[in-house]
Amino acid sequence: MEQNVFHHAFSVDKSVCIGCTHCMKVCPTQAIRVRNGKAEVMPERCIDCGECYRVCPVHAFRIGEDDLSDIIQFPVKVALLPAVFTGQFPDDISTDRIYQAIHQLGFSHVHEVEQSVDFLKEKTLQYQISDDESPHISSFCPAIVRLIQIRFPSLTDNIIRLRVPHDLTAELIKNDFIKEGYKDSEIGIFYITPCAAKIAAVKSPVGEDKSVINGVINMDSLYNKVMALIKKEDKTSSAQHRTHLGADAITWSLTNGESKHAHGRALAIDGIKNVSEFLEKIENEEITDVDFLELRACDESCAGGILCTSNRFLTAERLQKRARKSELANRDSDLTGENNPEANRFLEQKMTLEHIEPRPIRLDIEIGTALKKIERIRELMCFLPGFDCGACGAPDCRALAEDIVQKKANVSDCVFMQHNNLLDREHAQRIIYKIWGEEALNKDCSKKGAKNEGN
Amino acid sequence: MHLKYKIQGGNFSKAGFASSEVKKILRQLSIEPKTIKRLVVALYEGEVNIVAHAYNGLITVDIDTEKVTVTLKDNGPGIPDIDKAMEQGYSTASAAVREMGFGAGMGLPNMKKNTDEMTIKSVVNEGTEVIFINYI
Repeated sequence: MEQNVFHHAFSVDKSVCIGCTHCMKVCPTQAIRVRNGKAEVMPERCIDCGECYRVCPVHAFRIGEDDLSDIIQFPVKVALLPAVFTGQFPDDISTDRIYQAIHQLGFSHVHEVEQSVDFLKEKTLQYQISDDESPHISSFCPAIVRLIQIRFPSLTDNIIRLRVPHDLTAELIKNDFIKEGYKDSEIGIFYITPCAAKIAAVKSPVGEDKSVINGVINMDSLYNKVMALIKKEDKTSSAQHRTHLGADAITWSLTNGESKHAHGRALAIDGIKNVSEFLEKIENEEITDVDFLELRACDESCAGGILCTSNRFLTAERLQKRARKSELANRDSDLTGENNPEANRFLEQKMTLEHIEPRPIRLDIEIGTALKKIERIRELMCFLPGFDCGACGAPDCRALAEDIVQKKANVSDCVFMQHNNLLDREHAQRIIYKIWGEEALNKDCSKKGAKNEGN
Repeated sequence: MHLKYKIQGGNFSKAGFASSEVKKILRQLSIEPKTIKRLVVALYEGEVNIVAHAYNGLITVDIDTEKVTVTLKDNGPGIPDIDKAMEQGYSTASAAVREMGFGAGMGLPNMKKNTDEMTIKSVVNEGTEVIFINYI
């Protein structure tokens, strides 16, 4: 079951937003408009990719998270940590020390997300053989799953209907505690997220009813807390049991982490623009001879997540180093893999995603009306200048034309149309104020690039 | 609604433009993604055929509430034996075209597969006209 209301981790802090066009211009689903001098996000279009957050010059986007103190209510407090978290820290801070600091923050157990990767690796190969919707697209990146639902709806059946590592590992951990005698309600699993899309995936999952995860903590805020403890050299907590990951699991969330294990011709593409360009060709069948696609919204995949603190290239390099070490020590992941047939059998019951719905953006549910609207858009485009300047508060002329036919904007929102239609000065000013706010055109020397910048 | 696209023979880097544009429009109508996909695949094949074989061509697309009618008309060498061209694997594409990954002899059969109605008219040394209809 999918919810009709989409949870988004993002919100715009209106007191900080300066109403510029950066976020609106980069949004891959054209989900942002500027109204009254502030960015507004359309919830039905947003895919939580975080491109807006990345480019905002004043950091006006907020990413909601659960409170770390929420963990107190659970007797079992599990931090579910993606391997990229360990790649955030300088080389002289060991993975052991990071685990220890997380325990000090109040978590009773620390597990890495990628514990289920060995299992998933096998199942993905089997899926590739048993399902004939080629190319198979990994379900790993939730922003990509949502991008496909909205912009490439005919490819939703190509998404591999297997759940992602954080869900599988959480299921496994929960099951282990239940076997030890704990009740479901006593187990709190908190996912440490490198991005906003994973928050959306936990709060309003696609292809499953409800996530098994109880809360989400943003990686940057946990990083700050862990770093503060490490800097204080505070090691009050005794050494705790820690689990290990195999090399394939450590690198799974990096670019090529999945594709190198897939059958046939497998490609790894990172960066949402690159992914969109490629999917366009796949959808037209301009490219047909590909078997597996690992698609990630962020450059350098999860190492480039918007909540990562460290430089993405350094993170990727540290994880590669950690993987090599694990390989030299001949280590496997502790919870799944060949030595854990029982865990594998359990996960087999939990691994499948339900149908993934296409959600194309339609002009009208009635085809005749939609056709008329498209004709009207094409007609309007004869008059709009095609500069895509964004001064109307829409990302480009075409988006303005769409907003006009949907009665969400007016032709006179375009400054060039105001000129052409000989709008009087006051009228034009009223329109500009409506889009950009009354203060937008006032002299302000404290703005970015102006002579008193930052004052 | 009536759409028109000029196609230039030999310019493979632009093949796919008309298909992508038509796809964007169809997507905004409430048409089943699978229906759109069939049409776009057929249109792309047609586009590549013109680029690969003809000197220039014109694609027109007419959309109403029941169907999409596509006409692909080109000035080119024409098809001497249409029945043969409809066989899978039969191709007259040049070595240069094949090197670019086109010309596997799948074009017309694949088009036919992805359309509801298709007719081909061709005059050798003049050109070819393919008309297909997909119901939406």
